Amino acid sequence: MRRLAYHLAPFALTAVLLLAWEIACRALDVPAYFLPPPSAVAVALAEHFPTLLAAAWRTLSTALIALVLASLVAQALALLTALSPLLDRAIRPLASVVQVTPVIALAPLVLIWAGLDHPERALVALALVVAFFPIFSGAAAGLRSADPDLERLFDLYGASPWRRVLRLRLPAAVPFLLEGHKVGAGLALIGAVVAEFGAGSGQVTGLAWQILDAGNKLQTARMIAALVVLGVMGVALHAALERLERVGLKWWRGR
Amino acid sequence: MTVAALSKVEVRYPRGPALGPLDLAIGEGEVVALVGPSGCGKSTALRLLAGLEAPTAGEVVRAPRRGETAVVFQAPTLAPWLSARANVALPLELAGVPAAEARKRADAALDRVGLAGAEAARPAQLSGGMAMRVSLARALVTEPRLLLLDEPFAALDEITRRALADDVLGLWAATRPAIVFVTHNVEEAAYMASRVVVLTRGPGRIAGEFAIEGDLPRPAGFRLTPGFRQAAEAVSAALAEGIGA
Repeated sequence: MRRLAYHLAPFALTAVLLLAWEIACRALDVPAYFLPPPSAVAVALAEHFPTLLAAAWRTLSTALIALVLASLVAQALALLTALSPLLDRAIRPLASVVQVTPVIALAPLVLIWAGLDHPERALVALALVVAFFPIFSGAAAGLRSADPDLERLFDLYGASPWRRVLRLRLPAAVPFLLEGHKVGAGLALIGAVVAEFGAGSGQVTGLAWQILDAGNKLQTARMIAALVVLGVMGVALHAALERLERVGLKWWRGR
Repeated sequence: MTVAALSKVEVRYPRGPALGPLDLAIGEGEVVALVGPSGCGKSTALRLLAGLEAPTAGEVVRAPRRGETAVVFQAPTLAPWLSARANVALPLELAGVPAAEARKRADAALDRVGLAGAEAARPAQLSGGMAMRVSLARALVTEPRLLLLDEPFAALDEITRRALADDVLGLWAATRPAIVFVTHNVEEAAYMASRVVVLTRGPGRIAGEFAIEGDLPRPAGFRLTPGFRQAAEAVSAALAEGIGA
């Protein structure tokens, strides 16, 4: 019983809040353009579901492509920093610059570079920039996380630098890589949405555009419906990656 | 014949002197214990003998070629992502031994340390004593001429410790590598070694050397013999004096 209550608690709170929202809207006669009741949001969700789903898929695919590219670039650079202290010294400050620059500030520039006919490329590039840092810093830390005595063992048997990376440092980095990708994936999704806002054009028809378009038309219920889809997608992505991390760690540790 | 020797060796770190001047020669097939207080540079001496560190002054002479020296660290130091077998085969793999042969030799080494059947287990599935045996198997798989053990049993309970001490001597008898092991434990030193070298408080110098009578591996009841008791007492006294010095 306690267990059941434990698992139901977040749903119960959500239900209570939704109910309060619905009652407040009706009792206070709030105009629908200002705050529609949850029932109206549900109707909008049902009505626009196919469009919202298609938009969600576009945003998600932007985020996933960005994640894959960020993963490749970040891990390649982290490997270089692990192989050479000089490259490490050269790369790290630049990686930090990427981290502290707000993606929205980069958007206009990247949109110009991608070309006005290819805003989707700009979206991927911008989401990549956001997803890059956690994967890079995770990989860079992970590649240095091997047990110093294991490093000595590799010294003792005269392992080549590549051997050391492949057989010791990369496998030792796995938990850090899993964590970095989990954080990176969440950020890629946020980056994709922010980039869509930055692009703000009718050619980019992800969830952010749905929100902007609904906002321009004062379709507040549709706006909130798009937010709900975005929220559900974010939670699902996070849960999937959390699971992937658990399975990955179990495989790595052997239990 | 000497397997490894330190002559007038000194090690100084930025924070101060760590070891020496120290002279120490390890003979072929000899079992030597290094005993001393914490921070006296025992582990540093071991790393010098292993060729993992260079002295600030003095000379280190080592006969073994690459791959003929093995080290067992204080913790088992196993790769958690590898099976016991793959951990043991690692030195062979790094030496370029073909995979099939490495696997066979790793299994044989695990069998020698009493872990037949645990080849596929991951380190996380092993007890502390078992993990230490895997570490020992990894050190022995290359049939080293010089085996260095850095407080290998410090983290284990007394019963496991004693069992492993006998196992190490049993394994020593098979191929007779020279063994140098570092320990805090005077009885362990007098039991396992044919020679006990006592170091002073850091920077460690030699406070005394003691030959321990009797054959290796030790016969049952060796710990009860007057010879063993006297040797342990003598080592203890030298250690106390070294700390006071």
